Amino acid sequence: MEINTEISPELMFTESSIGKQNRYIENGVKIFFLIMTCLMILPLLLIVGYLIYKAFPVLSFEFLFTNPKDNMRAGGVWAPFLGTIYLVVVSLMVAAPIGVFAAVYLNEYARENWFTRIVNLAVVNLAGVPSIVHALFGVGAFVLFAGLGESILAASLTLAIMTLPVIIASTKEALNAVPMSFREACWNLGATRWQTIRRIVLPNSISGILTGVILQVSRAAGETAPIMFTGAVFYKAIAEGNVFAYNITDQCMALSLHLYTISTQVPDVSDVIPYGTAIVLVGSVLFVNAAAICVRVYLRTRKKW
Amino acid sequence: MNKQPNKTSNRPFSETIIELFIRLCGISSIIFVFGIFFFVFKEGASFLFNGLNIWEFLTSEEWYPTSLNNKRYGTLALILGTFSVTTLAMLMAVPFGLGAAIFVSEFCSPKLRETFKIVIEFLAAIPSVVWGFIGLTLMNQLIILVFNAPIGLTMLNGSIMLALMSVPIIVSIAEDALKAVPDSYREAAEALGATKWQVIYRVLLPAAKNGLLAAVLLGAARSIGETMAVLMATGHSVNIPTSPLSWIRTLTATIAAELGEVARGGEHYQVLFIIGILLFTITFIVNLIADLVIKGIRQS
Repeated sequence: MEINTEISPELMFTESSIGKQNRYIENGVKIFFLIMTCLMILPLLLIVGYLIYKAFPVLSFEFLFTNPKDNMRAGGVWAPFLGTIYLVVVSLMVAAPIGVFAAVYLNEYARENWFTRIVNLAVVNLAGVPSIVHALFGVGAFVLFAGLGESILAASLTLAIMTLPVIIASTKEALNAVPMSFREACWNLGATRWQTIRRIVLPNSISGILTGVILQVSRAAGETAPIMFTGAVFYKAIAEGNVFAYNITDQCMALSLHLYTISTQVPDVSDVIPYGTAIVLVGSVLFVNAAAICVRVYLRTRKKW
Repeated sequence: MNKQPNKTSNRPFSETIIELFIRLCGISSIIFVFGIFFFVFKEGASFLFNGLNIWEFLTSEEWYPTSLNNKRYGTLALILGTFSVTTLAMLMAVPFGLGAAIFVSEFCSPKLRETFKIVIEFLAAIPSVVWGFIGLTLMNQLIILVFNAPIGLTMLNGSIMLALMSVPIIVSIAEDALKAVPDSYREAAEALGATKWQVIYRVLLPAAKNGLLAAVLLGAARSIGETMAVLMATGHSVNIPTSPLSWIRTLTATIAAELGEVARGGEHYQVLFIIGILLFTITFIVNLIADLVIKGIRQS
């Protein structure tokens, strides 16, 4: 019997014309989507590069540690920089515990029912409330109703409520990633729910919680609208080099509002100062975000499961 | 989670307190959402019910809150400003956002995907006031150069900024939606000889359409609520928008620009809070629809 050898091996492994066409389409589609993605990423590099290029003449530690001078037309960003740190730290102290415990409730205690759905919906909606509406709320609730006046405290509380969903969302995700068997093992040893959460669930989800907290910091540092009317002012002189220069019931300057002020409200500001301020703000925010990513990557390598 | 220990007999008293605290934190979001509505409403309520002509408020384009003898509070121009700038922003952000989401979820190696996600996170982290500043400086000059316009602070400028700000949200939610499509769908289509493009167009997009819609809605909600970027980049003049190069002002920008200058408790002050209620309602509805759309997928 003869084997039919009409189809030579070369022919067998050569693409048909349809196959070739499909491959071209495939590559074309891939490149098309790659270009779209790059067009989205390009602005980030362009903007950061442009800001650094424009701000280069003022970038120094002196810029960071001197107060704005001469009606904000000269000097540095010390007062706004310190103000932003105050706002972020105070809002973090409020938002972190509430956010983490809210996520614990949603992931560990809440059952699947209509009430939990409403709570989840409230979290989503809280994240969706426009920042300027948070500002109005801050004015109505903290500045006027609670009688805090325009102060760091009122502004920080407004920021805390605004950034709460960030912490809740990432903590919830982290708690959810802890395998159920960990909890079951702990319960079987006779531990109560809270003991299980404190000894097993929270330590095992610390990376996600930390990421959420750090992202909250970056979000709070960049916000402008919610602090405009609740505690941040255009100008306030403080002692240079003293990190305790603000009091929590004082008003303060903030980097984000400072950038808005000097780029729109103050005439004849030398060009480099707004760029310098912008780069300090973007730099701090991106630095904090990079820290969040490092924490995430580092702790992921040490994951136990 | 119904297997959890529920016995309350042998646990210490301190734990009851802690659980109470946890439950309180759990419902805090509800309290805050109601609180926001309540306090914003409270500040604007007396003028909303006594004196404000709601029909005129919504349909008149005459916004003269500081006129000496004839104060008029018509927000039509502001509402149209918000919607036009958001629409234009979405026209730019949606194709790029969805395209990037498809690329990241379908074509990337895991390592490249991580890198892209980090870059997108960075993009999302840039504060809105910085976008406003970019609009004021770089984009302003670009628009003057390209369109030969007298001033570059226009609706187009604002919507480019908004597009860049809302793209990260669209990408991350759309990517989640695409990832939720089971691999068996892709494999089945590929086994039938479909090209990658056919898989995307005929299988993935229909299967993930709810999630993609939610991504677009949440991106739009973000744009509607954005304040600083549109305050700084859109020219700040109350105008019915006619072209992408017209100067506009949005609802959010109006509150931000005028709240600092009004007398507390006055009519103008209360009107700004009523605009706040309007904004709250709009974003609440958009978020609610997005949530229902997402829930819709989980159930099916």
